[in-house]
Amino acid sequence: MIAGPIVDVAFWLFAIGSVVAGYRVFRTDSMVRAAFYLLASFTGVGGILVLLGAEFLGMVLILMMAGEMLVMAIVMVMFMMNPAGLNPMVMVHQNRIAAGAGIVAFVALAGVGLVGQFPDRPAPEPAAATAQLGTELLGDSMLVFQTAGVALLSTMIGAIAIAGRRGRYGVAEDGSVEPPLQPDEERAR
Amino acid sequence: MTTEAVLIVAAALFGIGVYGALSQQSFVMLMMGLELMINGAILALVVLWARSAGGNPQGQMLGVVFMTVMAVEMTIGFTLITGVYRVRRADITEKLRRLKG
Repeated sequence: MIAGPIVDVAFWLFAIGSVVAGYRVFRTDSMVRAAFYLLASFTGVGGILVLLGAEFLGMVLILMMAGEMLVMAIVMVMFMMNPAGLNPMVMVHQNRIAAGAGIVAFVALAGVGLVGQFPDRPAPEPAAATAQLGTELLGDSMLVFQTAGVALLSTMIGAIAIAGRRGRYGVAEDGSVEPPLQPDEERAR
Repeated sequence: MTTEAVLIVAAALFGIGVYGALSQQSFVMLMMGLELMINGAILALVVLWARSAGGNPQGQMLGVVFMTVMAVEMTIGFTLITGVYRVRRADITEKLRRLKG
């Protein structure tokens, strides 16, 4: 946790940039641009995380999102119509209800933030925090860390199993075919 | 940079995310809304970590877990998009009236 006027200015720059970029995600015609606006929003949050003394999390967030947004852009170019945004495009449903829900969520959460009582025991100097996290990752919290790793591995295996051309239940183009209940049924087909 | 200010920024990101996740038709844009919600959650988590418990590193572990959740969610989302597109040629939610293939 570091303090000072420069930190405050940097915080507000990151904060406003992050929120504006987050809003622009849903206001741009081009889906690829939307992905990069989202990356900008995450970069702003990563910057605030660094200012708060969580350098490791902030940098990992930026790094992870940079890769993820590129994947997102590729997926959109592959599958979605009009990814380049050459034509103006509004693809929304229940716009008013959604906007209302978003505003309600914002007001409620901001109200909690303003009204709530929060502890004030600032984090130690940033370098120490990162070193402590490293010790924690490979020390007391190693089980959590390993579990996260195994969860990611099983997600990758599951993703390949589902997205493969020959899915679990046959060729994807045929639609899903339920597996036979009896082993004999399969042979009879 | 007060705790309240950071929490309000986090609330704004979450609110925009709620709007996006509910209003967008395109699957990928919908997922972007979910991402923004997690983004706000991580911000709120880290500011509360930084201002409490003297920066005990176990709080940051929760942030690592959040990021894992985010990665898992994205992977499964992209996988389902691929699967649904192969079977239905669907790229927006309106094209999916039923889930059975």
